[in-house]
Amino acid sequence: MSGFGPPFLTSTSTSFFDLVSTVRPDSLPVVHGMPPSLTPEGTTVLAFRTGSGVLMAGDRRATAGHHIASRRIEKVHRSDGTSVIGIAGTAGLALELIRLFQVELEHYEKIEGTPLSLEGKANRLAAMLRSNLGLAMQGLAVVPLFAGIGEGPRAAAGERSGRIFSFDVTGGKYEEVDHHAIGSGAGPARSTLKRLWRPGLTTEDGVRIALECLTDAADDDAATGGPDIVRGIAPLIRVVDTEGERQVPESTVLAAASALVEARMRGERGEETP
Amino acid sequence: MTVPFYVPPEQLMKDRAEFARKGIARGRPVLVLSCVDGILLLAENPSSSLHKIAEIYDRIGFAAVGKFNEFEGLRQAGVRYADLRGYSYDRGDVSARGLANAYAQTLAGVFTTEQKPFEVELVVAELGVSPDDDRLFRLSFDGSVSHERGHIALGAGAETISRKLVEVDVLSLGLDDAMRVGLDAMELTDAPGAQVEAAILDRTVDTHRTFRRLEGDS
Repeated sequence: MSGFGPPFLTSTSTSFFDLVSTVRPDSLPVVHGMPPSLTPEGTTVLAFRTGSGVLMAGDRRATAGHHIASRRIEKVHRSDGTSVIGIAGTAGLALELIRLFQVELEHYEKIEGTPLSLEGKANRLAAMLRSNLGLAMQGLAVVPLFAGIGEGPRAAAGERSGRIFSFDVTGGKYEEVDHHAIGSGAGPARSTLKRLWRPGLTTEDGVRIALECLTDAADDDAATGGPDIVRGIAPLIRVVDTEGERQVPESTVLAAASALVEARMRGERGEETP
Repeated sequence: MTVPFYVPPEQLMKDRAEFARKGIARGRPVLVLSCVDGILLLAENPSSSLHKIAEIYDRIGFAAVGKFNEFEGLRQAGVRYADLRGYSYDRGDVSARGLANAYAQTLAGVFTTEQKPFEVELVVAELGVSPDDDRLFRLSFDGSVSHERGHIALGAGAETISRKLVEVDVLSLGLDDAMRVGLDAMELTDAPGAQVEAAILDRTVDTHRTFRRLEGDS
């Protein structure tokens, strides 16, 4: 043991990803020759703008082929105090990528003394995906959805509003306008989003709409799990607004999910305006 | 042919230590103290962007006096070390003791082998569950480490500051009282706010990151 090695003392990089690649590449999420069919996959994640920021929701099911690998996996995570990240794709890699991304943001903030801009965070995430392209070619694709509040085209000067970024496996970064969904249940989820989303939603309405979308996705996609009222497992919903990032309590989501089931039993389809 | 003068090792080390000590003694003071609400870090610092106190990890803070470029490099090395360790193992596995050891090795290596020693003195502070569990490590330019309780003062007038604080039971003070006592000891009570840099490793929060800068209320 002789103190810090040269990469620690002389580096000028603010990236944790670069540091790990240099000094401990074996810690990076890399898998060789893994048959894709045996790895659990995560599915529907959606995000949309609300009146005060942005909301992201994800179901809790992970599948491996026809087998349900997990009923409680968490696909939507806090990335830092002003942003959230959700992941569809190979679960093991995805969760590791999220962990790496969380440290990446925190590392930059500590080294530089100031957080990255939202756009900067999205670009870093794109670069990290690009470096995983080899894995994507093997069928171990990881596709994130990133959202947070920041300055942007739809916010007044000096103000921050909700922004959503989607990505592809090559590291392509695309800013979405108001809402987006990823994963195998994205089709039905997007249809419902298009039908129900409107500008200036409250968090309460947002939770209801997210549940409508996920329930429709679970209806048509075997790899997406809807709210599981029997076991008390609710989709994971996180919101970001000017007060910061927080998770909507599971009990709140379960209560909204129960109300939704009752409404559907009465034949309502979510359009009612309060 | 010229024969280099023989310099006895005692003399060499003494000269280097003297050199480093002079550089450090010119630095404005820094004070780190444990109190009930957390660990308070205070520095006299005319700059609002060139920080002398900083966050290393969830419960670990850093304070330094001396040459800015030297301790800034050491701070960044510490952040890299801690983040890498936390990522490789678990966030709970990052300890101030391991970090202090890495700093000590680096400082000692530079002191004995480089042209000139680092003109810095550091504190690595780790927040415990209670003030009694707090760990404050002082690291000198030659790599010597000491583990202290209650408070550590560095830089110009450090001894005077320490002498004033010996009479106070800082471990039982709240944040406001600790701040007042600390600024009194540093004779900064009447200084304009911009001259004081203050931060706390906050024992009362339940988020994993506990470091918070205290701005404008000092």
